[in-house]
Amino acid sequence: MAGIQWVNILISIGFLTAVGIALTLLLVIAEKRILNYGDCEIDINNGKKKLTVRGGSSLLSTLSDNGIFIPSACGGRGTCAYCKVSVLAGGGMLGPIERPSLTDDEIARGVRLSCQVKVRSDVAISIPDEIFSVRRFRATVVHKKPLTHDILELRLRLVEPPVIDFTAGQYIQLESREYRGREAVNRAYSMSSIPSDAGHVELIIRRVPEGICTTWIFDILQEGEEISLSGPYGEFRLTDTQAPAIFIAGGSGMAPIWAMLRRMREIKDPRPAWYFFGALTQRDLFFVEELRKLEGELGNFTFIPALSNEPPDTPWEGERGLITDVVRRRVPDLPGREAYLCGSPGMIDACVKTLVDLGVAREHIYFDKFA
Amino acid sequence: MEQFTSSIVLSILLIFASAAFTDNILLARFLGMCSVIGVSNRVNTSLGLGAAVIFVTVVTTAMNYAVYYYMLVPLGLEYLRLITFIVMIAAVTQLIEMIIERLSEGLYYSLGIFLPLITVNCAILGLSLFMLNKPYGFIQTLAFGGGGGFGWFLAIVLISGIREKIDEKRLPPGLAGPGITLIIIGIMALAFVGFSGMIKI
Repeated sequence: MAGIQWVNILISIGFLTAVGIALTLLLVIAEKRILNYGDCEIDINNGKKKLTVRGGSSLLSTLSDNGIFIPSACGGRGTCAYCKVSVLAGGGMLGPIERPSLTDDEIARGVRLSCQVKVRSDVAISIPDEIFSVRRFRATVVHKKPLTHDILELRLRLVEPPVIDFTAGQYIQLESREYRGREAVNRAYSMSSIPSDAGHVELIIRRVPEGICTTWIFDILQEGEEISLSGPYGEFRLTDTQAPAIFIAGGSGMAPIWAMLRRMREIKDPRPAWYFFGALTQRDLFFVEELRKLEGELGNFTFIPALSNEPPDTPWEGERGLITDVVRRRVPDLPGREAYLCGSPGMIDACVKTLVDLGVAREHIYFDKFA
Repeated sequence: MEQFTSSIVLSILLIFASAAFTDNILLARFLGMCSVIGVSNRVNTSLGLGAAVIFVTVVTTAMNYAVYYYMLVPLGLEYLRLITFIVMIAAVTQLIEMIIERLSEGLYYSLGIFLPLITVNCAILGLSLFMLNKPYGFIQTLAFGGGGGFGWFLAIVLISGIREKIDEKRLPPGLAGPGITLIIIGIMALAFVGFSGMIKI
């Protein structure tokens, strides 16, 4: 009797296993055959570049497999809305997931979330030319240098590819790894290094309380560890004019400005420049000595640190007050002034308003907003 | 011989009609309600989902029939029918999802997140299990599956037609959506009770 029971158990286990394997095989084969869209052609920027790819995956991942990196922060779930791309032909229907992320105007222009567009046929898209030069890099951490109590400088050495070609003011996306149950994310940071130091990337990062990526950088990431990033992205850069330049940034917003100023020193850029560094108290200032030194080296550069929260009885001799008030007091009245701002949306909106009040042309105000 | 053929055809028609009307899987058995409550606000979507369900019921009852009578019964594994049927249905639904994605993008997007609902649509498992209670041959089983699916199709299309006609803005807030849908289903189920006893198989 016992023998028969064993046989029964074995038969039932064998049967279920066989059914499972058979159905899995069926599905795998079906996916290969039914969802096989063959070779599709992706036409980028009206024939500027043509890719022949296997259909069936999302536009975002198909492009990144071919070395074209569209910014993306949510891993293709359709929630971050960074991966917008103009799809001119062959994108198929607007899906229910991407609808909330697009404005009516964008829909009319054919803008789509590339993570939600599946390559099923020949596709024509248009992307900004800068994206062609975006690469994915592996890098190792050279140092994590504290600049203030909550800001650090992260210096990375590029491993593969070994150099990056960018313009001072552009940003990269850093990929954090999973830790303590927090998911892996992509976050954008402006490069504070100069383009001639092409084998390295420096970032100035402020700790965001409870921030997924900054907590990882501050607490988990160790010097010598390997990380991934992609870039360069962004259109924030010095103009080709010699117009007087007003820089306004505080905290980690200094990163692109720090790169621009050092770039100006390198190419002996003669334009007059002013840098308004807004901070709360003296302990939030950094690079002060370096910036003072730049005043001598650049010839026509004025560094104006301004503290908004410094107690009145401290021996601080620099400017005090809100950055907008200091700008109002100290901005030179010169024709054709250009302004470069980097910081939070609130700070940028307030500064743009002040500068426009002071007569700076709105089209000459360039900024890099980070939320 | 001719008489035999005609009696087969008649029995198939009767099985189809009884599965679709007197034993309507949705309105008489109250199976497959979740998809109905979720998707029945547009006739167009209901037509698509209903058609997919007809297809799935025909295919799954046929496959489950074959698996049950040619594999489970000879091996003495009848007690594994529930788990086997669930796995079979899940696989077939996946397959259909792929086919729909390939054939009609519009249908794929309008069914959206509800396609996986077919996988766990109890109406489909119900039809496969009820099929075992009846002494059907293979052809009759196809008619039973097709009739059951057609009954579900008919019910969801009728319900969504009524819901499209109802101006939900004029309903008390607590009744909007699932509330009014359940009331509609209840009234329609009363109407379908009228069919019961018409056909005895």
